[in-house]
Amino acid sequence: MSATATAPDPQTAAPLLRVNDLTVELGHGAAARRVLKGVSFDIPRGSTLALVGESGSGKTTLARTLVGVHRPSSGRILVDGAPLSTSRGRAGAATVQMIPQDPYSSFDPRRTVAQSLAEALDPIRARVKPVRTRIAELLSQVSLDPDAMDRYPHEFSGGQRQRLAIARALAPRPRFVIADEITSALDLTTQAEILNLLADLRRRLSLTMLFISHDLAVVRHVSDTVAVLLHGDLVELGPTGATFAAPNHPYTAQLLASVPGDPRFRLDDEPART
Amino acid sequence: MATDTTVRRWRRNPSLLSGAVILGLLLVVALVAPPLLSGSAETLTDDARLGPGAEHLLGTDAFGRDVLARALVATRLTLLMAAAATAASFVVGVAIGALVHLAPGWLRETCLRLIDSAVAFPSLVLALVIAAVLGPGMGSAIVAIAVAGVPGFARLTANLAATVADKDYVLTARLLGVPGLRILGRHVLPNISGPLLVLLSSSFTLSLLDISSLSFVGLGVQNPQYDWGRLLNEALPSIFAQPSIVLAPSIMLIVTGVGAMLLGDGVASLVDPRTRGTAPAPAKTADAAGPAAPAQDGAAQAPQALQASGSAGAAAGTEPDGLLTVAGLTVRAGDRTLVDDVSFTIGAGQIVGLVGESGSGKSTIAMAVAGLLPEGVRANASRLALGDLDLLGTPPERRLATEIGIVYQDPIGTFNPALRLGTQLTEVARVHLGTPRRQAAQDMVRALADIHVTEPDRRLRQHPHELSGGMLQRASIASAMTTNPRLLIADEPTTALDVTVQAEVLRQFRRINREHGTAMLFISHDIGVVGVLCDTVLVLHGGRVVDRTTGGDLRRGTVTHPYTRALLAATPAAAEAGGALSAVRWTAGAHAAQPSGAPSDDLSDKAADRPPAAEGSR
Repeated sequence: MSATATAPDPQTAAPLLRVNDLTVELGHGAAARRVLKGVSFDIPRGSTLALVGESGSGKTTLARTLVGVHRPSSGRILVDGAPLSTSRGRAGAATVQMIPQDPYSSFDPRRTVAQSLAEALDPIRARVKPVRTRIAELLSQVSLDPDAMDRYPHEFSGGQRQRLAIARALAPRPRFVIADEITSALDLTTQAEILNLLADLRRRLSLTMLFISHDLAVVRHVSDTVAVLLHGDLVELGPTGATFAAPNHPYTAQLLASVPGDPRFRLDDEPART
Repeated sequence: MATDTTVRRWRRNPSLLSGAVILGLLLVVALVAPPLLSGSAETLTDDARLGPGAEHLLGTDAFGRDVLARALVATRLTLLMAAAATAASFVVGVAIGALVHLAPGWLRETCLRLIDSAVAFPSLVLALVIAAVLGPGMGSAIVAIAVAGVPGFARLTANLAATVADKDYVLTARLLGVPGLRILGRHVLPNISGPLLVLLSSSFTLSLLDISSLSFVGLGVQNPQYDWGRLLNEALPSIFAQPSIVLAPSIMLIVTGVGAMLLGDGVASLVDPRTRGTAPAPAKTADAAGPAAPAQDGAAQAPQALQASGSAGAAAGTEPDGLLTVAGLTVRAGDRTLVDDVSFTIGAGQIVGLVGESGSGKSTIAMAVAGLLPEGVRANASRLALGDLDLLGTPPERRLATEIGIVYQDPIGTFNPALRLGTQLTEVARVHLGTPRRQAAQDMVRALADIHVTEPDRRLRQHPHELSGGMLQRASIASAMTTNPRLLIADEPTTALDVTVQAEVLRQFRRINREHGTAMLFISHDIGVVGVLCDTVLVLHGGRVVDRTTGGDLRRGTVTHPYTRALLAATPAAAEAGGALSAVRWTAGAHAAQPSGAPSDDLSDKAADRPPAAEGSR
């Protein structure tokens, strides 16, 4: 299924990111597995697409393909109508940035926060001194005390590290940001803080974002459009509110009914076989 | 980095200190001994083959030279040779190992296999061959040992670099446009420097021994020069007549080796910002250590000593008909209190939920009840009993194993990957109930079918990695139920599962509770999950029970306590889409009913958002 969702914001006509019939195979020869099967979607400028799927659905593979770790075996990825350059370096950095899932392994434990952020601003030299004011700006953007910049990652809590990761991803002013399960390692209250921060940044910086999560409830809060992946197929794509109210695909309906606390959740049902 | 912190750092690092002292002394010897002692070490005298005495502490050799003086003078040459060889193999090896990672795939694989086979070749034999080809002499010995040491460094560097290269921060650096060589120098090498320094020191020790061996067999240093190996070689013919001659060079070799090792360990911990300067990491919280217990049933674990504080009969305020009675449970690790005066009861057939954020002590309570607290963590309670089974002191292991079933968070870590599931799932039945193997297997097949595991016969012959996480979790529930326990403890059993699988596993808990009347202690951080499953819910914060409510109240949102309300408000599903989530930090300053929900949304409030010191899980 390759529907293209219309943006909730109709004035942004040309999408910033267009993924067209993307197929990705991992492994070689007999061990090759088709992880993504002809996935297509658009993300209009300034909007957020949430990509939902359970483990093995291919959502992380999609993120890694967009940042150039995996090569698509067919299909196209267009940014502003031009093919996504797989070239790295400053130009690549300014196109797409990723906020990784694990706030513990995403920072070099031997470098201070300032050193890590300086690298995002100047990948070659990574010198802290010339960019201290910009680093302070970045930190206050994510509500962290600029005094924190000379500390090491292990001195921060999980939620604070996730804020640092957000600050680092925004540093090169990328055209779009991928957030890969960024709240799944966090406590409830911390998760709420991070989600609120993201909502705030989306408004202020009009971020274009691909938000990946297994948690439907989280997705509802941060996305304009929602896409559901099942075993590499995009089975659902539509505006978030409408999709949550009336899903098109039975799998989406099953996902929604599996969230404890959702009115559709039943404990005493006969188990639904998948 | 003030001077006094440096001093303190050294003082807290005894291996660095002692290693540095030993090697420092050796360096002094290497510098001072040749000019001072070469006279008595190299002058031929008539006092040949003297025993140890006042004038010659370790006697003299066949040419009347002082044995101790010769050993001390030889220090300089030996250390220089070993250091040169080690330095050469370090530089070349690390360069090869690191550069391999910049090479394209096929070249990298080829190089790694070549390095592997080079490591498999005994380095001393390789050195002997090289030394023999190059001809005996000091230079060829150094080259031989240096070449022989290269594969070790190359392989360690390559292996370590491969693990670091998988880390998110390397991927992020690449995304930011940092060139490969810079990533190597900035992220990869610093993060593998610890193990490399340890290898450097042990490799120095090995080079020392290898070079001495070469000299000993006559391929190294030649007359009239001498190192410790050469001295041993000269001492060999008279080793029985005059054993004291071998003593001096042997002791020097051992002392140098030990010194180098100690220094290497010390330096490795010094360069790591996580260990330097700060106090040693506190013991893991029991919360983090919860899933570490290997067996899927507590049977194999020796119950931790639980101490009854006060008279055990003082069961004030506990319902007499409770199946599990916990009264005044306090758990301490050192001087930290993980659980503070927690009391609750679980009636027969009841499901009680413990909910709270990480560090709230919920897993610790469960582990205290199951007698599975990690070492160094002590529990006190005025009463802790399951029916007539007193869980304080040392309850009979067999009753503990059969009356309490446990399901852990991580279904993959719970099982031994090397054993077939059948063996592991039927262990409790076979060991504690004495069920014959075949009968136990049949029972398990039925139990698995009950819990909707497909093809139960085949599953028993499979290894854990062949099943999905949801299947494994169902299997471990079935295993925990084999003894028909009176109490089932489930510690975050659905946290690692996908949401559709979670719903299915929750249904199984409900079914077991209905069909077998099993009481459950269900632990979760997910307030939605405890809401749908549990009859009674205890909300924990900082090791204390801050609220007692019911699953129904949670579902309807009719809770009154400010912390529970804050938790509900922070749950995404409960709020309207688009609106901001409540992220109020409830600080339990006074954990009474005082609504101290002062919205301290600022993140300087480190204590609230998991202080790093307590994060022992990573």
